[in-house]
Amino acid sequence: MTGRSLPRGGLAASGRSSWFRFASPQAFYPLAGALAPWFGIAAALLGAAGLYIAFFIAPTDAQQGEAYRIIFIHVPAAWMSMFLYVVMAFWAGLGLAFNTRLSGMMASALAPTGALFTFIALWTGALWGKPTWGTWWVWDARLTSELILLFLYFGFLGLQAAIDDPRRADRACAVLALVGVVNIPIIYYSVQWWNTLHQGASVSLSKAPSMATTMLAGMLLMALAFWMYSIAVALLRARAIILERERRADWITQAIGAGR
Amino acid sequence: MTWNTWSEFFAMGGYGLYVWGSYAVTFALIAAEVISLRRRRRAALRDARSLRTSEGTER
Repeated sequence: MTGRSLPRGGLAASGRSSWFRFASPQAFYPLAGALAPWFGIAAALLGAAGLYIAFFIAPTDAQQGEAYRIIFIHVPAAWMSMFLYVVMAFWAGLGLAFNTRLSGMMASALAPTGALFTFIALWTGALWGKPTWGTWWVWDARLTSELILLFLYFGFLGLQAAIDDPRRADRACAVLALVGVVNIPIIYYSVQWWNTLHQGASVSLSKAPSMATTMLAGMLLMALAFWMYSIAVALLRARAIILERERRADWITQAIGAGR
Repeated sequence: MTWNTWSEFFAMGGYGLYVWGSYAVTFALIAAEVISLRRRRRAALRDARSLRTSEGTER
């Protein structure tokens, strides 16, 4: 009786452990270290291909001349700024729900890169706005909600830095991140909901693309490059955070004693 | 090919300041993030190692 019931329990436990194995910083640390260089290489290759298309293949825009070439970083950076926030909030929420250590670390690892892409989206937008709209900045719905996104990232990072106990900081930041998610659909739909100076979506799933195929190809390659870059950087930052927070653990002592 | 000469390429049809200003800042920030990340890792490793020696745990 007991002999037969054991494998069932054992199976369930091993099934669970294979899913949750990488939820422990100890298992995640070497995995992230092994994966990060590949994502970095992919980012470099995709970025090189994207930049080549952006500057040497894509034609001059009929209306905006060469100024439009800012699109190849502006749109992918804006996508990443929103996407990274959603992923960050997802990890933060997971940490709040399951109280796993790694979730908070992942959220913290994503925040600086999200802030970086938000700033790039705003900066390139200003440099694009000046020659095409005649102004660096307007307080319209799209631009203002993207600026709020930057402040949400800054708020997350500031709160993390202000609370000494990392687990408490994770919980406080998770609440902030989850509340801030409401801003993401506002950014995304702002050009539809309000009358703004910002043009509509460049790419839409429901419509045929309104731009030349080579322009679209360059933009998608740059988006993929930013995506790979974000993954690589987030993995490396998560490793640094694990080192910082778990430095008293025995496995860290072994890991840094044996390898690098 | 859109460009006949390199100076035409750098001029970007008169929008050089805006186009290159966008790309330069983007790549400068990406480089800064990678460098700061490397520093953070080194500092974390140093802290972890010094903790190990101060607690007297031998290799």
